[in-house]
Amino acid sequence: MRLAGDHERPRDAAASASGSATALPIAVRRLSKAYGAVPVLDEIDLDVRPGEFLTLLGPSGSGKTTLLMAIAGFLRPDKGSIRFGEREVVRLAPHKREIGMVFQNYALFPHMDVARNVGFPLRLRRVPAAEIARRVEAALQMFQLGGFGSRRIDQLSGGQRQRVALARAIVFEPRIILMDEPLSALDKQLRERMQIELRQLHERLGTTTVYVTHDQREALTMSDRVAILDRGRIARIDTPRAIYDDPGSRFVAEFIGESSFLDVAVADGVARAAGTTIRAGNLPTQQGRCTMVLRPERLHLLGPGQGEGMNCFDGRVTGAVYQGDTLLLQTVLNGGSPVALRVTTRGGEGPPPAPGTPIRIGIAVSDTVLLPDEAKGAP
Amino acid sequence: MTTASAFDPAGPAGDDHAAGLRRDQWRERMGLAGLAAPALLLVTVTMLVPVGWLFGLSFLDDNGALSLEHYRRMLAEPSYGRTFRTTFEISFVTTLICILLGYPLAYFLSQLPRRAANLCMIAVLLPFWTSLLVRTYAWLVLLQRSGLINTWGMKLGLWSEPLQLVHNMGGTLIGMVHIMLPFMVLPLYGTMRAIDRNLLRAAASLGSTPVHGFWTVFFPLSLPGLAAGAALVFVLCLGFYVTPAMLGGGKVTMVSNRIANDIELFFNWGAASALGVVLLVITLVVLVLAARLSRGAGLFGAGH
Repeated sequence: MRLAGDHERPRDAAASASGSATALPIAVRRLSKAYGAVPVLDEIDLDVRPGEFLTLLGPSGSGKTTLLMAIAGFLRPDKGSIRFGEREVVRLAPHKREIGMVFQNYALFPHMDVARNVGFPLRLRRVPAAEIARRVEAALQMFQLGGFGSRRIDQLSGGQRQRVALARAIVFEPRIILMDEPLSALDKQLRERMQIELRQLHERLGTTTVYVTHDQREALTMSDRVAILDRGRIARIDTPRAIYDDPGSRFVAEFIGESSFLDVAVADGVARAAGTTIRAGNLPTQQGRCTMVLRPERLHLLGPGQGEGMNCFDGRVTGAVYQGDTLLLQTVLNGGSPVALRVTTRGGEGPPPAPGTPIRIGIAVSDTVLLPDEAKGAP
Repeated sequence: MTTASAFDPAGPAGDDHAAGLRRDQWRERMGLAGLAAPALLLVTVTMLVPVGWLFGLSFLDDNGALSLEHYRRMLAEPSYGRTFRTTFEISFVTTLICILLGYPLAYFLSQLPRRAANLCMIAVLLPFWTSLLVRTYAWLVLLQRSGLINTWGMKLGLWSEPLQLVHNMGGTLIGMVHIMLPFMVLPLYGTMRAIDRNLLRAAASLGSTPVHGFWTVFFPLSLPGLAAGAALVFVLCLGFYVTPAMLGGGKVTMVSNRIANDIELFFNWGAASALGVVLLVITLVVLVLAARLSRGAGLFGAGH
């Protein structure tokens, strides 16, 4: 029931258009790493397109950081292949991989000032001093840090340190940039601003970027494509929109966005859940069970007579959480399934419905997504 | 309504408890200071008073009159100069050998997983659990003319005459390095542990070879630990007594051995006190310099 193929991929198009000759593709093949009997990377295949911004997303222990560290060369896999363009790099020492890397804790050299930090890769490449000074200042300007060259690292705020780390990672024009949760140490507002800055930077440079995060919103905001990792395997790789609209598995649906789930029973071509016959774009034909994903913002609170073109459910309110821009209503459907729905607040609509109030909610047939039952494979 | 006004700071009573809160804070501070009082008292009685007394003694001549005689003699008699030179030589060489042995060891320990490092650290600290005297005697057993090393060396045909391994400068250095090494390794290890491994990874990703990364990133950041360890070892060496007395065989006279001689053989408390005062002053100067040095290193953010 995946609506494969007909998702727009504007970012992909943009990326390949601006993807200059310098952008390198990354091809990972059957990459495995185990600690004892526990596989951390389990025969991973991954293709990062030239100039693409790809995010590795997953819970802790899913292997996303391990995969990044293997690409960077800091972790030796047990077997498999990693290629940058045509070049096999799996046995290449990290300092020969020409990668711009940004670390979670910035990893700035505390005994060097800002300019010496940013100039570090240029000095290693024996760039003439005058050109180093020029390129360092240009890189700092790019991150609104012009004139900060002589500052000590401990005089900078978290956001400034992150910018210095970025400047240092791009100043030598690497063809691949790797980032390991670079924004997780920043507060929420700064993080959101940096997300946009990073995205703009990527659009300007067009460098192939692999980004690791556990923050699904960050992944959706920034990426051309998102690879979701689960226990050392890639559970799903696609554009943010395709993944959000049709997660394809319960694991992905739970990880991306908030969702409620309904058990659906399929018999004789009819799907039923919580006492309602379900209509969906692609109903399973075999007998069995599947799961319906209910995104809180795709659910509607229905008045009398509404609900045309929707799957409708009756229930009652169990609680309401006022969140400023939205009101999160907790409900329980007849039959006992808890479902959350989000209503945009506009002011002047009065107090939220009291617990116990009967309620009718609906979801458009076009928004109705059914997931295969994990145990039995495709529905 | 009455309960509400009772909690109102601007209520009828008008009491904002400022005085009471100040009193509470003072009481808390005094309680904390009280915990340090026994130690302070002990230090005063066992340290400040005797040192002050010796300090006074050093300015009195044999008849009890105020004089600088002991200090004058220290400058006039070349044997005193020799003693100080020996002391500095031994302290310096011991510190140097401790650095050469201790730095790689501390580096190795700092790169181990924490659990393994702790186990190895126990091995480093093991000598601390045996008495200094026992350890020094052990070296005597190993190094003397009929000791283990000479016996085995001759049996294996490595040398034919017993080597003079002890009762000289070499023997003293061997014993002192053995005893001082943990004092070098401990601060170094602590500093190295605190160095973020991602810094070396960052250096590598920027194109730095492991050797270059070590010298440009790791080594500068380990300097405060090196300075602390070196200062500790050097200062402890300056005042060392037991090991040079036993392994030096009377040929290696350090300041503390000279002090002991002055008192035990010549009953010259004044001369011994003067030596003690000079040694104390030198020690303080070394400590201040070391503090300056490591703060200088800290200025570059290494302590961060």
